[in-house]
Amino acid sequence: MLTVSGVHTFYGAIEALKGVDIEIGEGEIVSLIGANGAGKSTLLMTICGNPRARAGRIIFDGEDITHLPTHQLVRRGIAQSPEGRRIFPRMSVLENLQMGAIASPPKGFDRDLEEVFTLFPRLKERINQRAGTMSGGEQQMLAIGRALMSQPRLLLLDEPSLGLAPLVVKQIFQAIKDINRERKMTVFMVEQNAYHALKLAHRGYVMVTGRVTMSGTGAELLSNPEVRAAYLEGGH
Amino acid sequence: MEYFLQQLINGLSLGAIYGLIAIGYTMVYGIIGMINFAHGEIYMIGAFVAMITYLAVGALGITWVPLALLLMLAASMMFTSVYGWTVERIAYRPLRSSPRLAPLISAIGMSIFLQNYVQLVQGARSKPLQPILPGNLTLLDGAVSVSYVRLATIVITLLLMYGFTMLISRTALGRAQRACEQDKTMAGLLGVNVDRVISLTFVLGAALAAVAGMMVMLIYGVIDFYIGFLAGVKAFTAAVLGGIGSLPGAMLGGVVIGLIEAFWAGYIGSEWKDVATFTILVLVLIFRPTGLLGRPEIEKV
Repeated sequence: MLTVSGVHTFYGAIEALKGVDIEIGEGEIVSLIGANGAGKSTLLMTICGNPRARAGRIIFDGEDITHLPTHQLVRRGIAQSPEGRRIFPRMSVLENLQMGAIASPPKGFDRDLEEVFTLFPRLKERINQRAGTMSGGEQQMLAIGRALMSQPRLLLLDEPSLGLAPLVVKQIFQAIKDINRERKMTVFMVEQNAYHALKLAHRGYVMVTGRVTMSGTGAELLSNPEVRAAYLEGGH
Repeated sequence: MEYFLQQLINGLSLGAIYGLIAIGYTMVYGIIGMINFAHGEIYMIGAFVAMITYLAVGALGITWVPLALLLMLAASMMFTSVYGWTVERIAYRPLRSSPRLAPLISAIGMSIFLQNYVQLVQGARSKPLQPILPGNLTLLDGAVSVSYVRLATIVITLLLMYGFTMLISRTALGRAQRACEQDKTMAGLLGVNVDRVISLTFVLGAALAAVAGMMVMLIYGVIDFYIGFLAGVKAFTAAVLGGIGSLPGAMLGGVVIGLIEAFWAGYIGSEWKDVATFTILVLVLIFRPTGLLGRPEIEKV
């Protein structure tokens, strides 16, 4: 469904991605793990064309999207819940969700909204609250819900568990699992919480300083001694 | 008491004009964080287009005043929007990723260019025009007289501001505009064409400034290529006083500046009214840089 091949991305003179190859199949959950600064978020943003890849190709559903303007990707079926959540703090929960649907035809709006509320009932309780005043977990739900409002076929999630209490983390991962299973939505997820991410994923990639160093099924990576030593020590 | 009422109405109509211009400053600042110093010139061009349209309409033999006014309004809003759009396109967009100083200097250059351009094509002399909307409404047995033009200015401004507030707070377009103001990267990820929203912001600001330009021409009956400077700086003061980036702030700031000017001119002397305005600008910048309705930069992350 998505093929990233030989992608290089730069921030000024700094090379953040040094030739990344990744393949995501229809209906999969794929997790990308790696340390801070490895380039995971950069990869997600590069898929969306901001920043743009300086070399390499990104193919989505057979179409080369490497040079498409960012705002057109959502119409192709790619939505992202980005690093830092980036909800609109001075808008209400409803307005944030409306923003998620801004590129979609209006007639499906009510149905999509109900689906998001079924997945995250908390958002319904807070529908008119200013998003910036909500807790971190609620903001994360909103960020994912907003991405779902465009009915994407590929959902990109950047650190959905960051900074959240263990119970909320569990809820979020359960929601991701439901989205994938019940709606056949493909999920590409970046996570530092390697244990949860790999346990949930069909396949995974490990990224170190701008390069993919390992790949395999979630279970393979979980039992790999190198992965265990680098990302799972301390027991999550 | 009558004198007070008279100044109050003068101040409100003047404030309405400053408010209309201030919206353009505050919206552009809100979305791209720059002060569009060419905005005063856009207002001046709005006044000129209104005047030219009036003369053209007269030459065509249209004498029914409401129709003439409507045509003037439409023409000045339309042409001025094109100017606003073009200015952003050629002077600011290429500098989008430059240091903040670059678009600022570009804006000042644009302002000088537009002034000289109008001076060149329209001449440097003031353009007088006979009153189009003569007549006064007298109140309190003739003690207070309000010209219809000032009354119309206040009414039109109220309607425009109401419509504009609805546009920003209720429509998908307004939501996209506010989203870009808060996080352009995220808005782009959601499918908003950020460049187009920025263009639209300039167009809307210019259209409102055009209305202000037209009303000023109707009130004072004389315009020249230089009126944009002082009005621009005062509207900017209004935007800062209200809290730059805040839409209701710009409206409130405009009214406050208009009232201060009118009362200062009425009770103290009109020579010093500009000093009063700019003293306020200095005081606000020193003691309350976020303005009356501006929000302090604190957000829960």
